[in-house]
This record gives sequence, structure tokens and C-alpha cells, in this order.
Amino acid sequence: MRTQRQLPLSMKPGRSLRGAPTYLFMFLFLGYFLMPLIWLLISSTKTNAGLFSTFGFWFGSKLNLWQNLKDLFAYDDGHFALWMRNTAVYAVIASLGSSFISAMAGYAFAQFRFPGRNFLFGIVLGSIFVPATVFAVPLFLMMSKSGLSNSLLAVILPTLVNPFGVYLMRIYAEQAVPPDLLDAARVDGAGEFRIFVTIAFRLLMPGYVTVLLFAFVGAWNNYFLPLLLLSRSDLYLLTVGLAYWNSLASQPGVAQVLYILVVTGSVVAILPVMIVFLFLQQYWQGGLSLGSVKA
Amino acid sequence: MSALNPPAPNSTKNERGGSTPRFSRQRFWRNAIPYLFLSPFLAGYIAFMVYPLLYSFDLSLYRKQIIGGIRFVGLANYLNVFQDGNFWEGIRNVLVFGLIQIPVMLGLALIFALILDGGIVRIQTVFRLGYFLPFAVPSVVAALMWGYFYGQSFGPIAQIANALKLQPPVFLTPGGIIPAIANISTWQFTGYNMLIIYAALKSIPSELYEAARVDGANDWQIAWHIRIPLVWPAIVLTMIFSIIGTLQLFNEPNVLAVVAPTVVNLHFTPNVYLYNLAFRNAQFNYSAAMAFTLALVAGILASLVLLITRREVQ
Repeated sequence: MRTQRQLPLSMKPGRSLRGAPTYLFMFLFLGYFLMPLIWLLISSTKTNAGLFSTFGFWFGSKLNLWQNLKDLFAYDDGHFALWMRNTAVYAVIASLGSSFISAMAGYAFAQFRFPGRNFLFGIVLGSIFVPATVFAVPLFLMMSKSGLSNSLLAVILPTLVNPFGVYLMRIYAEQAVPPDLLDAARVDGAGEFRIFVTIAFRLLMPGYVTVLLFAFVGAWNNYFLPLLLLSRSDLYLLTVGLAYWNSLASQPGVAQVLYILVVTGSVVAILPVMIVFLFLQQYWQGGLSLGSVKA
Repeated sequence: MSALNPPAPNSTKNERGGSTPRFSRQRFWRNAIPYLFLSPFLAGYIAFMVYPLLYSFDLSLYRKQIIGGIRFVGLANYLNVFQDGNFWEGIRNVLVFGLIQIPVMLGLALIFALILDGGIVRIQTVFRLGYFLPFAVPSVVAALMWGYFYGQSFGPIAQIANALKLQPPVFLTPGGIIPAIANISTWQFTGYNMLIIYAALKSIPSELYEAARVDGANDWQIAWHIRIPLVWPAIVLTMIFSIIGTLQLFNEPNVLAVVAPTVVNLHFTPNVYLYNLAFRNAQFNYSAAMAFTLALVAGILASLVLLITRREVQ
């Protein structure tokens, strides 16, 4: 009767805590995690004056969201649209590329025995723990010397290297790709790269999507490196641009109307990532266990 | 499929098979295969991690002087970092921050994960996703949002206080800034850490719980003696990542500095200090030395955590 997964409630390891106090506790924290986002959403529907004059958790007298969006994309010669495009280009290319590169490397570590394997993997593991700060100054100088600091390549290239992704893909490739299957394909005369693309990569898909998603979010939300490496305001990413507008808005008397644009822009900046996460949840929730299993 | 097919040219396992010159070329390619798969990563790794590290280390050994130009100074920059009160004040700030924030965040994450995995509440997905949602918010946006939230001009906390004819609380003060930022980080990352611990809890075989029940163990004993020890490696992992992240605290203070410039000074955290030195004052040599010192501190702290937590397990 009893299966591995479905434990009867009486056996579950928390039966004595079931009841109202636990629910109250959990709902309280649900409120804590959602409250600022709800505030942000409501605020984005107000006028700039309404932002200051009406209560934060209720709507103003006028629904101004559409006008705010129009203002957002019109302000400063439409820079916000450029920032969005830059962020999308950067996040898509960097995450697709870094995950594919990580998948190939993880597959090599998992399925082949070769001289230098342990040494190389040791270096990869070690570099996960090196603070990114160390790379800030040299990357900045490298990019400005090579003339790349005026293009998105300056942030795309360093992001393509994802040691933690390699680590996760190795663990996943060890679990998901049976060596016998690869040997059978080799016996049939398939080339190694074809085997990887047509057989192994399909098996690696769930792990790949997890690494891809987290790389995408990491890139979309990245701030430190883009702040250093991109000097022209039309090349900014959303995070850098919003922080920049916020600093303008805070200067006394200069452009207080910018506050409502920062609020509306924040909503627009958050939405794509949230949608991606909600729609692909069965992938990343399964994949999250990767990192913890063998750590 | 036939067993008569010669497996030698393709199999990677019998590398010690006899090699005649005729096959040496094939052998070369066979041995090269894993390196070919690794090559895009390794190329990027060398160009954007190894080379910058060496470049930066080289930089850190020189000093730019008004008279005499660039001069080799050995480890003098490191000596200066060690004597730089601003740097250590930043380190102290992030350590105080980490000592408050990391235990609170990981403690909450563990409790949430235990509750969700224990089957105590029903609408699990709502809690799991709701708690995790802040992770999808860029930390810049999180800092902007909470900055407005704390603020006096249109922050809801001040609005409520005003409506109740109370003095609105001021959060961004010298004493309040660290808890204020700690709250932002806790808000952002508790759900993410919860999911990692939750995933580890899910992989515990249910037979263990049944056996414990048969032996008469209660929920608390099961949590303390089975569940937490078994997910301990996952907790240690989240701990180390949290420490490394904390040492590099930058986005939140940099955004909040706009509204509270006197509280978040130019050396509030090591990264804020480095940013101001390198990118406002162009002191690249000194900042390079500082970055390596920070990495050293990170390495020491991470090793300490590994040592301490390993001892506890045994």
C-alpha cells in the first residue's frame, strides 16, 4: 500500500504542528514577502502627485498606469526601451551561451576519463568561491583597452563563463546520461559531437533548463559589472538605468516626477523574470536539488 | 549493433589498446574529444578569469606616482590595505551584517522548508512560490522599493505613523542602516535558500521516518536527529554562498546611498570602497590589491565555516 513518495499523513514528519498557529505563521510571512510587490504594483497606477498624497496600499483617485507607461517609454528620448532591449539581448545571449558551454564542459567531465580531469575540475570548483570583486578592475581595464566597453559584448563575454553551471551540469550528466547508451551509439558509428547533440543533450535538457533559467535571472538582475563596463547611457541595462533615474529623482528640485517613472519601470523590469519563473516552475524546482545532493 | 564491429576507434575506455602508427592519428582525435568539449569553456575561463586574475595581481604590485610615473613597489599596496582603516571598517560592517542576517535568513529558510516538507500546510505551492518570488526581483529594484518603503516622503510606514499622529520612524540612520539592508537581503534570498533545503529534504527516503515512528520518535526528534543532519550539507552550501555574497555587498548600499548619503559613506562596504577608489579616483593598482585582500578574507571565512560545520557533524 505504501509507496516511496506518498507517506500517509500520520507518518509525515510534522503531524503535531498541523493547525492554526502554523498557518498563521506561514501567512504572516507570505504577507511579508508579497507586501512590497503589491505596494509597487498599486503605486505604478498612480500619478506622481498621487504617489505622495494617497495611501500606499490603496489606489489613487485616477488610474494612471497607461499614461505612466507612455511617459516611461517617451522620457529621455525613449531610453527605457533601449535599456529593455539591451537587457533582453544580454540576458538571452549570455544565458543561452553560458548554459550550452557549461553543458558541454559538464558532459566532458562526467562521461570521459582524461589526463588533467581532476585538476581542471578542481580549478572550476575553486573559482566558484572567488569573489567577483577580484575581476572588476582587470575586466574594466581589459574592456576599455580593447575598445569593447562601448558595446554589449563587454558584459556578454565575461558572463559566458559560468563555473557553477559546469559543476551542476556535471552532476546532472552523471545521473542522467547512461554511458552504455553512448557506447551503443559509438558502435553504430556516430560521431562524438553528433552523439552529444542528438542523444546526450536531450537527456540533459531538464538540468540545462535549470542552469539556463538561473543564468537568465542572474544576467537580467546583474548590476555591478554592467555599471562598471558600460559607459554610455544608451547602453545601460535596466538595473543601471533605473538606479540612475532614481539618483536624478532624489536630487532636490530637479526631476521629482521621475519617481513615478522609476516605480513603473521597476514593475516592467520585474515582470519578464516572474513570468518565466512561474511558467517554467516544474523545471527549475526539480533542478534545484542538483546543487544540494552532492555538495 | 553487431559484435563484430571493431569498437576500438570510438571507445574511450580502453585507452591502453595497442597502437600502430596507422592508428595514431585516430587515437589523437579520440583522446582529444573531451578537451574539444571543454574547449569553449576553457577558452572563456582563461580569457575572463585566469588572465584577469594574473593581470590584476600584476597591477597590484605597482604604484602610479605623480613624479616618476609607474613604479614597482612589491607588496607595499597590500601593506597599505592592511593599515587602511576605511577598508577594515567596511569589513566590520559586512561582518556585523552577516552575523545578523545570515543566521536569521537561513534559520527562517530551514523552518519554512521543514514545515512545507512535513506536509503540515496544504496550499504548499502558494507558499513555495510566494516566498520565492522576491528572488526574481533584481536587487537594485528591491533596494529602490524598500528605500521608498522606509522613506519619509511616500513610504507607507511613515504614512501609517502620520495617520496615527505618531512620529514616523527613521530607518536609514547610522544605527539603522545595517538592519535596514539586512531586511532587504532577507526578503530577497530566504525563499531561494528555502527551496534548496526543501529539495534536499525531499530526497530523504521515507523509510527513515517510518522506522523512527516505529521506534517512538516524535516530530521534534525526527527533525533534530534525522532531517536536519541529512540536509546539513545543503545548509553548509547555502551558508558559504551567503558569506561570499555578504562580503561583496554593493547593490543595496549603493542604491540607498542616494537617499542617505551621510549614512552610507564612500567606504561603507569593501565593494563600495573599491568602486569609489577604482572608478571615481582611478586608483586601479591599490583597488586591485584590495580586491585580493577581500578574496583572502572570503577564503579564510569559508574555510573556517567548513572546519566548524564538519566538526559538528561528526
